[in-house]
Amino acid sequence: MLLVVEQFLNGLQFGLLLFLLAAGLTLVFGIMDLVNLAHGSLYMMGAYFAATFVAGSGNFILGILMALGATLLLGIVLELVALRHLYGRDHLDHVLATFGLILFFNDMVRLIWGPAGLSLPLPAWLTVPVQIVPGVFYPAYRLAIIAVALAVALMLYLVVMRTRIGMLIRAGASNREMIGALGINIKLLYTLVFGLGAALAGLAGLMQAPIHTVQIGMGENILILAFVIIVIGGIGSIRGAFVAAILVGMIDTLGRAFLPDLLRQVLSSAAASTAAPALSSMLIYLLMAIVLVARPEGLFPAGRR
Amino acid sequence: MIAWFNSRNVIAGLIVAGLLLLPVFSQATGNLFILTLFTRIVIFALAAVSLNLIMGYGGMMSFGHAAYLGIGGYAVGILAAEGIGSGFIQWPVALLASALFALVIGSLSLRTRGVYFIMITLAFAQMAYYVASGLSRYGGDDGLTIYKRSDFGSLINLSGRVQFYYLCLFCLLGGVYLVWRIVNSRFGMVVQGLRSNEQRMQAIGFPANRYKLVCFVIAGTMCGLAGALLANNTDFISPAVMYWTRSGDLMVMVILGGMGTLFGPVVGAIFYLVLEEFLSQVTEYWAMIMGPLLLLIVLFGRGGILGLVGRFARA
Repeated sequence: MLLVVEQFLNGLQFGLLLFLLAAGLTLVFGIMDLVNLAHGSLYMMGAYFAATFVAGSGNFILGILMALGATLLLGIVLELVALRHLYGRDHLDHVLATFGLILFFNDMVRLIWGPAGLSLPLPAWLTVPVQIVPGVFYPAYRLAIIAVALAVALMLYLVVMRTRIGMLIRAGASNREMIGALGINIKLLYTLVFGLGAALAGLAGLMQAPIHTVQIGMGENILILAFVIIVIGGIGSIRGAFVAAILVGMIDTLGRAFLPDLLRQVLSSAAASTAAPALSSMLIYLLMAIVLVARPEGLFPAGRR
Repeated sequence: MIAWFNSRNVIAGLIVAGLLLLPVFSQATGNLFILTLFTRIVIFALAAVSLNLIMGYGGMMSFGHAAYLGIGGYAVGILAAEGIGSGFIQWPVALLASALFALVIGSLSLRTRGVYFIMITLAFAQMAYYVASGLSRYGGDDGLTIYKRSDFGSLINLSGRVQFYYLCLFCLLGGVYLVWRIVNSRFGMVVQGLRSNEQRMQAIGFPANRYKLVCFVIAGTMCGLAGALLANNTDFISPAVMYWTRSGDLMVMVILGGMGTLFGPVVGAIFYLVLEEFLSQVTEYWAMIMGPLLLLIVLFGRGGILGLVGRFARA
């Protein structure tokens, strides 16, 4: 029972983290129609910035805020220098160009920070376990991730659904040319959205950093997960991304935790321990394949055309 | 009369001649490294040619093409590990397994369009990657060493460097020839028609998905052959061959050389891998140059290298 509660929370935490990454990706994808493989690089940069600034300033919160600002800035610069010229081009061009950016960022990080990973130590007040229900302790830091991610998700929801900027973003997602024709400064909007997406990716990266190490290529695996999520959720739909992210986070975490035991009841233990890791890694891809076969436009298509 | 003497055909001719004469050059100068490098390049060129068939001519943007490299390679590796060394068994199994995989994922993936197609092919390739990582009997994550190359009796000895190179080259040229024949056949015309306007083709009465699926399976099988060659070349196969960045590499080669041109993928593979080799000798941080270079090629060089040459020749 304890294990179930703990794994459930782990799944929620992972899902929310994935949502932060996927939200930026789905906004960029939905509004600018840009396939950005380098989104994972921004995630990585967020973590590297955080590790550097926290070590430099000696203050966890200050370092993290600086890292967020730096990722935001990096995203805006990236949009102005490179990605802005890719709008309206073929998706394949996006894949090729942003694939190049991944190569660039990975080697740049290796040049600046060296090939060995960094670590981002937590301050003492975040390492204490918290008793959530009698007898169940859960790390404070993971609770903090859940809280921050939920707050950001709520904020994002309010911004997108309740403000003028959000209205423009939604309008951009459903009809790009029309809002340009209505006299909205679409270039500025694009830059802003891209910066926002970059900051969200950076936030996800730096929050993940204390749990795993900060290393080169850390953004690549999780980028594919984020793509899976936005495809399941329906491209351009924040609501879809949220539902799909939680779903993927839960399935992945619970699958890894409980699948080996489940399999052991059907198969011999040797066969189960061989099959379980592969099968649990495959689960989410299986989910995506099933969703796409049943609903080729994702669960919540963003009402285009 | 068709003008055979145009810039593209001249380039193609030069490349074929160069590749055919490479072992002579290597023997004459004693430069064995260049032969090793180009064996690898020729194998990846074959994979890129097969990807080009569906991507360039069929308009199917598969982001999971490296899966076939792994499947072909693992077919050879696993059979070798189980004591079946004969290439007459290994290679047909490799081709058949790739074809079967392509048939299954193709029939599911072709229900989707556009970006969704890119992503679902990626998902299937990632599944194959994780299956291979889970094969603990065959090395799992660490991969599988192949102690003996495929045995073709007295027909050909794969351990001979030059012989193996010519076998790879033969496969590549065979692949290019096959694509040429397909593209100019009625079948190929239908597939290209589907790329430009699927609805119209369907209205004429062509079963769109069946044509696309057959094309998808042919490409997958061809790439499976490249996988079998690759496993023999490195004497090793690991899940890393199927990782999504590998599929990205293949896509880059095709786009770089010129999508939907016969020799474009070959040019792309040579350019990409030679440049990678060259840059990695100049600096350890070669990707810092390669990355922005790709970006620049996308921004300014539409139609890939062959496209550039074509424009230059016309100007």
